[in-house]
Amino acid sequence: MNYTERLENVSVLGAAGKMGSGILLLTAMEMADLSLVPGNKDRQFVLNAIDISHQALSGLMRFLRTQVQKAAEKKTVQLRKIYEERRDLIENEEIIMQYVFDVLNIVRPTTRMEAAYESTLVFEAIIENPAIKVEILSGIDRNNKKTPWFFTNTSSIPIHELNNRAELGGRIIGFHFYNPPAVQKLVELIKADKTLDDLVEFAQNYAKNLRKKIVPSNDFAGFIGNGHFMRDALHGISEVERLSKEIPFVEAVYMINKISQDYLVRPMGIFQLIDYVGGDVCQYIMSVMNPHVKDEDLHSRLLDNFISAGIKGGQFADGSQKDGFLKYEKGKPTGVYDPGKKTYVPAAEFQSRCDERLGAMPSSTLPWKTVIGSQDKTALLERFFKELTGMNTMGAQLAVRYGQRSMEIAKKLVADHVAQCEEDVNTVLLTGFYHSYGPINDYFK
Amino acid sequence: MKLRRKVYMVAGYNTISMGTGRNEFNPKKTRPGLENYIKEAGQAVLEKIGGAQNVDDCVIGNFMSARFNKQANLEAFFPMIDEKLRYKPGISVEGACASGGLALIAGIKSVLAETAEVVLTIGVEVQNSVKAIYGADILAGAGWFQERKAGHAYFFPGKFSDRAGAYFEKYGRDNARKAFARWYRNAIENARLCPTAQEYHNKIQDLEALAISEPTPAAFVDHLNVYDCSKVSDGASAIAIVSEEGLKRLGISKHDAVEVVGFAHVQDDLTRPPDDLTQLKTTAVAAKMALESAGISIRDLATVETHDCFTVAGIMAAEAIGFAEPGQGPAFVLDGQTSRTGSIPFNTTGGLIGWGHPTGATGVHQAVTIMEQLTGKAGNAQISIPQNRPYGLSVNMGGDDKTLVSVVYRKG
Repeated sequence: MNYTERLENVSVLGAAGKMGSGILLLTAMEMADLSLVPGNKDRQFVLNAIDISHQALSGLMRFLRTQVQKAAEKKTVQLRKIYEERRDLIENEEIIMQYVFDVLNIVRPTTRMEAAYESTLVFEAIIENPAIKVEILSGIDRNNKKTPWFFTNTSSIPIHELNNRAELGGRIIGFHFYNPPAVQKLVELIKADKTLDDLVEFAQNYAKNLRKKIVPSNDFAGFIGNGHFMRDALHGISEVERLSKEIPFVEAVYMINKISQDYLVRPMGIFQLIDYVGGDVCQYIMSVMNPHVKDEDLHSRLLDNFISAGIKGGQFADGSQKDGFLKYEKGKPTGVYDPGKKTYVPAAEFQSRCDERLGAMPSSTLPWKTVIGSQDKTALLERFFKELTGMNTMGAQLAVRYGQRSMEIAKKLVADHVAQCEEDVNTVLLTGFYHSYGPINDYFK
Repeated sequence: MKLRRKVYMVAGYNTISMGTGRNEFNPKKTRPGLENYIKEAGQAVLEKIGGAQNVDDCVIGNFMSARFNKQANLEAFFPMIDEKLRYKPGISVEGACASGGLALIAGIKSVLAETAEVVLTIGVEVQNSVKAIYGADILAGAGWFQERKAGHAYFFPGKFSDRAGAYFEKYGRDNARKAFARWYRNAIENARLCPTAQEYHNKIQDLEALAISEPTPAAFVDHLNVYDCSKVSDGASAIAIVSEEGLKRLGISKHDAVEVVGFAHVQDDLTRPPDDLTQLKTTAVAAKMALESAGISIRDLATVETHDCFTVAGIMAAEAIGFAEPGQGPAFVLDGQTSRTGSIPFNTTGGLIGWGHPTGATGVHQAVTIMEQLTGKAGNAQISIPQNRPYGLSVNMGGDDKTLVSVVYRKG
């Protein structure tokens, strides 16, 4: 079975979810592009969008139409060539609308898992729960006579565990997109010990056609991305616990969030990132990873307390940010949750006091956005960190501790053979987390 | 051709050329519509000429409001500008990107025909109503529709990219590309002096380094980059075209007006491909006729407003008007001759690339700019007008060198 044949009948499980919808979008366009190759005219391409609610599937179709149209608007130059023979399609608008129809016409939204029984490729993006994943994947495999291949978007569960428990005989690979899949260039590709070579080759081709950057990760719980992020988050939390012995909790959260954003030149502070991903999701990922790590405890009691109090973060259906550790107005943090008072304290009440305590920022400080967009990025960062590491302020000290811990985590991922090399860890943080520099660097010596 | 009466232009006004680049522009927010631009420009001129009761006739130039804004019958907006224009005559003219130029011609002819002493003349276009990829469909209407299917997604950038490619092949690429980048730099630097210009807020330091970046054929066209192209603009320009008697009626001194001393309006066959991709022949014909009708030569010109919808069009126009031999336009531009301190300043408020290109307004905008320069009202963008070279020339082009309007002006 060649690449095209493999993609003639595909199912995406959890297709209406945050990750699933992006995976469905990219796969639908890849399949449509194949269907428009002249030699494939007689092939029938089917993409089952499987999810549990009709309402969510209806929303998915709206999302797809908007996104496919946007993508088509960006590749109209190529689309005019693809539809060259269609004499009835003359203007860009006619061509774009035809493409939108051709993509959507491949997608079959359904709530019935049975649709996947005909598929040669099944992409799962369902809840991050090993037992549920195993049950569903093995169920499909038992009823599907086409010996399908499975892609899993898990960000934490070892692939060999899914393979063994669902008895898939090596027909599974970890294909971990970053959120949102349509935008983020990074894919972590995780091959289990028994994963078939043909499947690996197919996955590489598929990623290439989707114009994704592959970073191979070895098959350890959490892989590279969450392997770094979860430990980095735990460091932020433990710094808050340490500081809050001396100063109010909300001030400690504010300060560490500021350190991990402004001082480390990252796109968002660590508590904003936890809120973005969802505190409950982080808690769950840690619980999946923890049994697989021997020499450390990936768990936070503080996080548990927040989740039990219902303070979780995450996003509303329209994509806007829910309150978590931080309170948000129009997407910007404006306050910090005080678990003692069970309410948010506006940052205005303590911000200037905290900034004063952290001390002056280096004169060469620049916002992350400026740095990341600059052609002189390395020079800007070198100057900034040289100045920062020469300072004796509390802010500078906390930042250096943070940067050093981030490097330690990254190096351990290589030492533990999760990542194959230091460069791969840096690529994941640069590409998947939009950091302006990799965690393994010379800045914090 | 000697004009049978004196014709003047006075009281010109430009709205802001709105679009990407302006700080106020937010594509996600509701913006002023066609009506707002027509009203702003029209009312500003009426105020300068003492009110709508002084107007005998009205002309509005517009290219594609029927598609950009789903709106036609624009002449019936004149009474919306001012109630005193109700039941007065008005016409709407269209000639692609030369629609504004055609509006000038219609106004001039009305004065020459003695059917009016004062003509309120407006050009308008509001194009940010659709994304650029759909705007390209609409603007392609300036070409022959039978060629659309084979054309580029960005139809007109595609046409002028082909011209640039042919020019590179015949005269060499390097110097031409450098001249494109210089043309861009001149345009932006001039626009920074004019508060209504779309690039007024442009703060980029090394403009030529930016503009020399390589084209990206997979996403755009083969031989031009985005800096070689005028942007998508919303805007209107207006001016009063009047007779000597009209000036008296308005109580405006000749010194505050420019006199139209010659003009030309020509077109070529829309279905016929250019004879030579490296030359703008219709432009050459129009400019020559306009200069001849004024009885002057290019040596008498103090400034030129030319239709630089693309950098390559600006440079080819410099050749077509006669400032440089074919193939020598790039050297002429790189030598600084067209800059605001050069021997013949071109497009002193930025032209289409720097000031903006609200298509139907452009021809009128050119007249307003020359009027301001020759009467000393150009503010920070003012250039010096030598006493022995008191003339200005405008060249407004519709389609790929198909519909041309050229006007010669002198201070009144």
